Amino acid sequence: MKHLRQLEDQSVYILREAYKHFDNLAMLWSMGKDSTVLLWLARKAFFGHVPFPLLHVDTSYKIPAMIEYRDRLAREWRLNLVVGQNKEALAAGMNHTMGRVVCCTALKTNGLKQLLENKGYTGVILGVRADEEGTRAKERYFSPRDKHGDWDFRDQPPELWDQYKTTFPPGTHIRIHPLLDWTEINIWEYIKLENIPFIDLYLDKGDGTRYRSLGCAPCTSPIKSTAKTVDDIIEELRHTTVAERSGRAQDEGRGMELLRKDGYM
Amino acid sequence: MSMSETTKPSENLNIVIVGHVDHGKSTLLGRLYADTGSLPDGKLEKVQAICKQQGKEFEYAFLFDAFLEEQEQGITIDTARTFFMWKGRQYIIIDAPGHKEFLKNMISGAARAEAALLLIDALEGVKEQSKKHGYLLSLLGVRQFAVVVNKMDLVGYRQDVFDGIEKEYREFLGQFKAVPSQFIPVSAKLGDNIANRSGQMSWYSGPTVLETLGAFKKEAARSEQPLRLPVQDVYKFDARRIITGRITAGRLKVGDHLVFSPSNKRANIMTVEAFNIEPQPTGGQAGQSIGVTLDEQIFVERGEIASHQEHLPQVSTAFRANLFWLGKRPLEKGRKYLLRVATKEVDCEVASIHRIIDTMDLAQQQGSNTISKNQVAELTLRTKAPVAFDLSASFEATGRFVLVDEYDIAGGGIITELVHDDQEFLREEARRRDFAWVKGEVTVEDRAQQYGHRAAVVLITGGRHTGKSFLARKLEGRLVADGRHAYLLDGENLRRGLDADLSEEERGQTTEMARRYGEVARLLTDTGLIVVSTTNPFGLAYREASQTIRTLVHPAPVIAVHMSKSEEEPPPNTDVVLSGPTDFDAATARILDELKRRGVLAQAIGAKPIFQYSI
Repeated sequence: MKHLRQLEDQSVYILREAYKHFDNLAMLWSMGKDSTVLLWLARKAFFGHVPFPLLHVDTSYKIPAMIEYRDRLAREWRLNLVVGQNKEALAAGMNHTMGRVVCCTALKTNGLKQLLENKGYTGVILGVRADEEGTRAKERYFSPRDKHGDWDFRDQPPELWDQYKTTFPPGTHIRIHPLLDWTEINIWEYIKLENIPFIDLYLDKGDGTRYRSLGCAPCTSPIKSTAKTVDDIIEELRHTTVAERSGRAQDEGRGMELLRKDGYM
Repeated sequence: MSMSETTKPSENLNIVIVGHVDHGKSTLLGRLYADTGSLPDGKLEKVQAICKQQGKEFEYAFLFDAFLEEQEQGITIDTARTFFMWKGRQYIIIDAPGHKEFLKNMISGAARAEAALLLIDALEGVKEQSKKHGYLLSLLGVRQFAVVVNKMDLVGYRQDVFDGIEKEYREFLGQFKAVPSQFIPVSAKLGDNIANRSGQMSWYSGPTVLETLGAFKKEAARSEQPLRLPVQDVYKFDARRIITGRITAGRLKVGDHLVFSPSNKRANIMTVEAFNIEPQPTGGQAGQSIGVTLDEQIFVERGEIASHQEHLPQVSTAFRANLFWLGKRPLEKGRKYLLRVATKEVDCEVASIHRIIDTMDLAQQQGSNTISKNQVAELTLRTKAPVAFDLSASFEATGRFVLVDEYDIAGGGIITELVHDDQEFLREEARRRDFAWVKGEVTVEDRAQQYGHRAAVVLITGGRHTGKSFLARKLEGRLVADGRHAYLLDGENLRRGLDADLSEEERGQTTEMARRYGEVARLLTDTGLIVVSTTNPFGLAYREASQTIRTLVHPAPVIAVHMSKSEEEPPPNTDVVLSGPTDFDAATARILDELKRRGVLAQAIGAKPIFQYSI
């Protein structure tokens, strides 16, 4: 438990730094386990309040249960929810059969970029973790994005001790990653410790499958698992050597490097 | 079957792997994961298949060099965080790049670490970055580390080669008193002494790399040190006014008497606030991000350091430091930079560069006015306003700093010495006086609520006949007409009364006259007034006098206005410069704007407006 409190203290510090330094700050919430833990940590940092809007980039292909859960928590926790959607791309019929990187770029990356641009957010908090996939392992806690939202991973600013990059030229923005040091197991251990409500798609409801990572319905598949409780999930993860995002189609080949360079989350 | 020990973790430990380029850091990391069964299923096979397809030999390094360019060039560009669990401990291992071009990335990785592995290639021996990284680890405060001598297979596993490197490198480290816990001979490529003991080096009986990791200790309990709580922010989301921050040393509990430096404000802890923790905590210790409420509504700001009265931090406008510079343009003497110490941000400049240190041979070069990218130097920094800090030898987190050049963190360092400035005695007088200050029942906040503004000093400086008195009168009139509580403090009134005991000679000198003036201004600000003053009584010695007055009225805000008929250099920290013929109405408006900008003409506490829910 001590290691979870260490992670929590660090994340809370980062969230408070973000709130102090960015006047136009928002947090991305995909309703998955990570960004929901992030949301909970915000309530920790601000003593039960969430003093910035939560953004959901809706691709329209999300699993319906996720939308119900989103609206329920938004009511119960009095969240300021902002939903963005790339309506143009959807009207033109964008879907995953046009190519996964193409579809992710249009509906998620560009959907996010449009939302950021319209609202003028200069700081965006995201729940990405270093252990999810290779390029995320190389992120900074405070990671600058240029005018086009692109990530220049070749030339990242230094990050020393608890001093983060909080100043930036006009037109650019900063992505803030308070969960970088958390692993998938840590997320579930913390959900258990704090009793955080989560979507039951992560649990096996009798058919021997569950979702390990949640995305759009067509591009996310459940894994074989009989984990019916959080304890079961933690136990399963302690022994698995299967990658967390093995059910996520966008990770195939160099998909994630290409996507993230262009500003994917 | 996985070897990895999957017992529940009790703690996290951050490790960094450093060393010269191509000495095998990423290979060591890949091997460590592979040999402990910590890689995801199929990861090894997947990377092997990609290598085969591209017609190149598989390397363990490819497992973590995620970027295409890294694999193509065979070097690590940026640090990767990787995770692995071993014997009840969760390790976060940071693979730092060894190429000198990516030194800033190496430093970012090492700054996060609690322990380090430093690699040296047995065939190449001790190289430039081996030394630089060793020196920087020490500068960054990473005191636990082991030296791994890699590629022993390429030197026929010979003990004399290993011993030679150990001797040479120990001597180098000894010059700055760094002592590694181990020297370990390994072959990362072949797996000798990584997770498994090597059959090739019977002459070595020490621990493997894996055993060495296990022997690293979680950093020493900083909670036994005196309390340091740098204020991160002040929240008022609901009825509570919560002071937040991360305790960097020591511990605190409800009822403790806190002193905030450099403002010298004091109050007792009323509650420790937390969300979803039952029962409500009554204390906190080093490492925790906490929130406290105080028994008195004092105005404290981000950047101040809370401590107990017996162990106060240092306060000065200057300190000596060891610094490494990473900026694209060189650090220049006399240029302005933003200094960040713990949560404090303040403008500073380089007062002097004492010497630049060559990390190859630790030779020192003197007389330079600039510090180039990737150089290490000893220097003295001077800040615009007094800062609370510690010496890094006593306190880690409050004894180090970074410098921001334009938008980027461009350098960092550790504070080695307090530099005494000419305000030291006055600052000490102010501190003693504030600690013993007897208060009535009416608090500063009560007055601010009543008056609708906070106390401040408007200090008008300048040469003779520049219109200082006229402007001061006009400003006082305007403030009072606007319903503010303002008072014109004229030095002449002190001269014939309070200063009547001074000799003619003493009255001609600035020191004591300015001290008395400053103390009177301090009293008036305690009454909640906006004090309008000029440096008229000090004639041309206004620069010295205004510094004294500033020190004594601290932490009340001082709005410095300088008037001159011609272009001239205003005193440091001037807020409003009025040169040439003066339009007094416009000048008054500018000062009012400055008072607003500094939060004097508002009664709300805290920088951000109170948050309102949109639902």
